[in-house]
Amino acid sequence: MDTRFFTTWMEEATAAVRAGRDHLTRLDAAIGDADHGTNLDRGFTAVAEALAARPPVTPGGVLVLAGSTLIRKVGGASGPLYGIAFREMGKSLGEATEVSAAELAAALEAGLAGIRRLGGAEEGDKTMVDALAPAVRALALAVQEGGTPEDALEAAAAAAEEGAKATIPLQARKGRASYLGPRSIGHEDPGAASTALLLAALRTAASR
Amino acid sequence: MKKLINGVGSVVTDTLRGVAAAHPSLRVDIENKVIFRREPPRPGKVGLVSGGGSGHEPLHSGYVGYGMLDAACPGEIFTAPVPDQIATATTGVDGGAGVLHIVKNYTGDVLNFEMAAELSGDEGVEVARVLVDDDVAVRDSLYTAGRRGTGATLFVEKIAGALAESGAPLAEVARVGKEVNTRSRSFGVALTACTTPAAGAPTFELGDAEIELGIGIHGEPGRARAAHREARELVRLTMDAIDDDLPLSGETLVMVNGMGGTPLMELYIVFAEVAAYLEEKGATAVRSLVGNHVTSLDMQGFSVTTCALTGELTRLWDAPVETPALRWGR
Repeated sequence: MDTRFFTTWMEEATAAVRAGRDHLTRLDAAIGDADHGTNLDRGFTAVAEALAARPPVTPGGVLVLAGSTLIRKVGGASGPLYGIAFREMGKSLGEATEVSAAELAAALEAGLAGIRRLGGAEEGDKTMVDALAPAVRALALAVQEGGTPEDALEAAAAAAEEGAKATIPLQARKGRASYLGPRSIGHEDPGAASTALLLAALRTAASR
Repeated sequence: MKKLINGVGSVVTDTLRGVAAAHPSLRVDIENKVIFRREPPRPGKVGLVSGGGSGHEPLHSGYVGYGMLDAACPGEIFTAPVPDQIATATTGVDGGAGVLHIVKNYTGDVLNFEMAAELSGDEGVEVARVLVDDDVAVRDSLYTAGRRGTGATLFVEKIAGALAESGAPLAEVARVGKEVNTRSRSFGVALTACTTPAAGAPTFELGDAEIELGIGIHGEPGRARAAHREARELVRLTMDAIDDDLPLSGETLVMVNGMGGTPLMELYIVFAEVAAYLEEKGATAVRSLVGNHVTSLDMQGFSVTTCALTGELTRLWDAPVETPALRWGR
């Protein structure tokens, strides 16, 4: 997977967030403050612009620029959290111009570690970690079993989607939904839902 | 839902243009979205910076001026400002004595202010922080992000601002800000949800006879839904929640705050009941504020914030202040 691949991922993510904007905002209206889709759409639109204006020459460069742009443009909690995740992923890839599935799995794990460090969330707290952590595990397992990158990213996207849906019965313990206490039960977490969208975009990029 | 806007995308910028045009005492950096005092930082004075999502006006932009904030950073609606923006404000108000960040306890605000403090530290600015978490509707436990910051933010900005104006050092200004927070409690009630320009529809649905108890300030639903009832009873629920958490006694600073869509008349009706409740508990509202201060767009409802005063806090509350939304003594 080369720089072109990672740029495509970010383009697909921008399109997926644009298409899912209103859905994410509706999820956020139920247990948050009705702006998750709008905020991410603003952020990824800026990411696409930044990548077009100053095309990075390495996969790591693409992800670091995406992360920095999200930190600068999104605000809220999701800006710093996704921003750190992409920056950590990018830093984990270093200066390499070609990335293996195993290296991508390690990068995704570094991104997850960044989110956990900054936000302090564990699995089961009803956050983006509930989608990302299973995706990281599924990707690592698929790589270990020697599947193609396409199969591995398919497994990661499916695990993220499943993880996001599995937040529905959970009571939130982190972020704004936690203020609702038991009333947060019965709703999909918007952060987990957007993480699933980003992993689906990664799968789409692999199929291109 | 009808809104007086030019377009969903330009709400914050257009608001800043209006603030700039209306208040020559302020300098508005529209590009970086920072509202400064007109005059440059005073050498040796601690700078005060606050900020948060837009939609709570006059918080924070209305409290920039003599005796309160040196700069405010409005984010998008209900969205914490970004680190670069806060860092621009922080380095811009530093008079060499350091800068106090007044941060409401929400995950997004905390993260972005932390990142901004690091950026400002790299520029050689010393930053201290007061985290405001006065809302008793949220239990502070392992199972929540901790109590929210709501009405007490205004008290912290006023009282810490007065001490900073007197030339006190950063550690002292931070100390008094934390003390105000420790001695303050809030609770809010919504009669309606609010409508963000982007969503165009209320963030939650409430029936004609229903209210939300324990709301925050972002249009999020509260802890519980209940049947609407007369003001006296709503105030009792509100004040019981506060009193259970920090028993009311002695000289008290009280704000009855409108959420944006409530007539002032109704806020005074609420204040009468609050004063009666305090008297029952042997407390007195010796200082008061009634009006729309920490709002949620067009939400109807109110919140009550109390602060158990000390001699020092009363003196600092009474000190002169001159901002668009709060002014006396000067």
